Amino acid sequence: MNVVKTGTLPLRTPEGIVFSLPLAGPASRFLALSIDLACITAASQGLERVFGVLKILSVGQALFAIVYFVLSIGYGIVTEWFWRGQTLGKRVVGLRVMDEHALRLEFSQIVVRNLLRFVDALPLFYLVGGAACFFTRHSQRLGDLAANTIVVRDLKPSQPDLNQLLGGRYNSMLEQRHLAARLRQRVPPAAASIALDSILRRDEFEARARLELFGELAGYFRGLVEFPPEATEQLSDEQYVRNVAEILFVKRA
Amino acid sequence: MIIDLERFVVDERPHWERLEKMLSEMERDPERRHPLRDVLEFHELYQRCSADLAKISTFSGELDLHRYLEGIVARAYGEIHAGTQQQRKLHVGRWFTQTFPSTFRRRIAPFWLSVAVTIAGCIFGAAAMKFDSEAKRTIMPFQALNESPTERVRKEEAAQNDRLAGRKSPFAAMLMTHNTQVTFFTMALGITWGIGTIIVLFYNGVILGAVGFDYIHAGQAPFLFGWLLPHGAVEIPAILVGGQAGLLLASAMIGWRSRETRRMRLRRILPDLITLIFGAAFMLVWAGIVEAFLSQYHAPVIPYGVKIGFGIAELAALSLFFARAGRNA
Repeated sequence: MNVVKTGTLPLRTPEGIVFSLPLAGPASRFLALSIDLACITAASQGLERVFGVLKILSVGQALFAIVYFVLSIGYGIVTEWFWRGQTLGKRVVGLRVMDEHALRLEFSQIVVRNLLRFVDALPLFYLVGGAACFFTRHSQRLGDLAANTIVVRDLKPSQPDLNQLLGGRYNSMLEQRHLAARLRQRVPPAAASIALDSILRRDEFEARARLELFGELAGYFRGLVEFPPEATEQLSDEQYVRNVAEILFVKRA
Repeated sequence: MIIDLERFVVDERPHWERLEKMLSEMERDPERRHPLRDVLEFHELYQRCSADLAKISTFSGELDLHRYLEGIVARAYGEIHAGTQQQRKLHVGRWFTQTFPSTFRRRIAPFWLSVAVTIAGCIFGAAAMKFDSEAKRTIMPFQALNESPTERVRKEEAAQNDRLAGRKSPFAAMLMTHNTQVTFFTMALGITWGIGTIIVLFYNGVILGAVGFDYIHAGQAPFLFGWLLPHGAVEIPAILVGGQAGLLLASAMIGWRSRETRRMRLRRILPDLITLIFGAAFMLVWAGIVEAFLSQYHAPVIPYGVKIGFGIAELAALSLFFARAGRNA
């Protein structure tokens, strides 16, 4: 089966607006699951203490068995229902269960995706669910497939350290205001993000790879908008990309 | 389109924040009925924010703003297009006496298939016991069933002490949780296009057929029915309902003769699926109590006639419940 995985689920509303949901991968989901299992274990230990005295009586033992069963099955259902698609583990890792079409999550979807854990957990350590996540286009385990749900990354936007961009140097390209405006308009968000990441992580690259990367990026940006030679001459490829990133990301008063 | 971004954000932010506030209120209290004025305002804000998202998409450097707008547009989209009214309050009594039996009747076809597979398993189990002397050791799930039925009946009827004294409640709890787990598992295996569900149902049938044949062949039919009927009259139908749910899931996965997509088919059956599976779980609570407190006591403590009569009464009541309950709702 040839499945193309993109890491995002693009959706188009009837109004023609396109937005995309960032899908969670198997690793982050497994981490969230581990936290949830730890929570269930801790809660059952707590219950055992609470029922400790009662467990001398046979009714206490029976109650503990039933409460533990309800806790292990109901934990995911109750938390995902009241926290709108999040368990404690998903909250910590920053994940959220959503309807596959970004519609409101329904109770029946939450119940079915949680009950199908019985199959996803087979034969051990969620091997079936993990394999399904790996092979399906939207990283869905079998429970997600049955319930029409996906797990997305609940992104909290954070500001990058933009002071690193220029390093105190003069940006000659900013003088060409109309060309800078055109550049902002033409650069796609993904390319802007790559440029910013490349600069913020530039010290992590080997010298040769760093030269090649910035050469390629500078060539790409030069092809989008042509600045006059006096604004760009004597600029290295890396400085060129820094200047471009500053135009794209730094707000001017 | 070139716009003055700073001014755009200053002008539009109050609308985004208003939409966010309305969304939070809706998410906090989904049952609240909103006045028409609020609904119209919500829709207008959604359209405005959607348009803002389209505008901001041309600004490559505004990733955070883009993500923020995507987030609120996605949430508003979900609220507007969800279609059904979210119901948070569940009336358990009405659900069990009306919704559950009417759902059972509406989805009766997979139940009959579930019954047919179990009967096929019973026939196989009985045939295996009749024609293969080694079958008993292979089929019986636990040691107690491997001994001679006559010997077991003799021991049970001669027992002076209550072997479950002080342990009846934990035993009932163990039966409830174990049987509920098996039923959930039977339903969940429907995702394997029903193959897993059919295997579990068939295997249950094989054990039932083998045990039944063993005891009847040994002339211990009264003991067998006195032992199995009080709890089995509810437990076996509950597992069959679990199978019904599994096969319902399978039918949505397969989509034979259906023009709908798999997603649409699954979306349509999900509420019925959880009604059936939770209904079966409720039945298993009763079956667990009866098995621990009644089924394990045999003649002369409780005469077989009483136990069999009780089982038949349960079966009649259950049949009536599934056939008639919730018809006038």
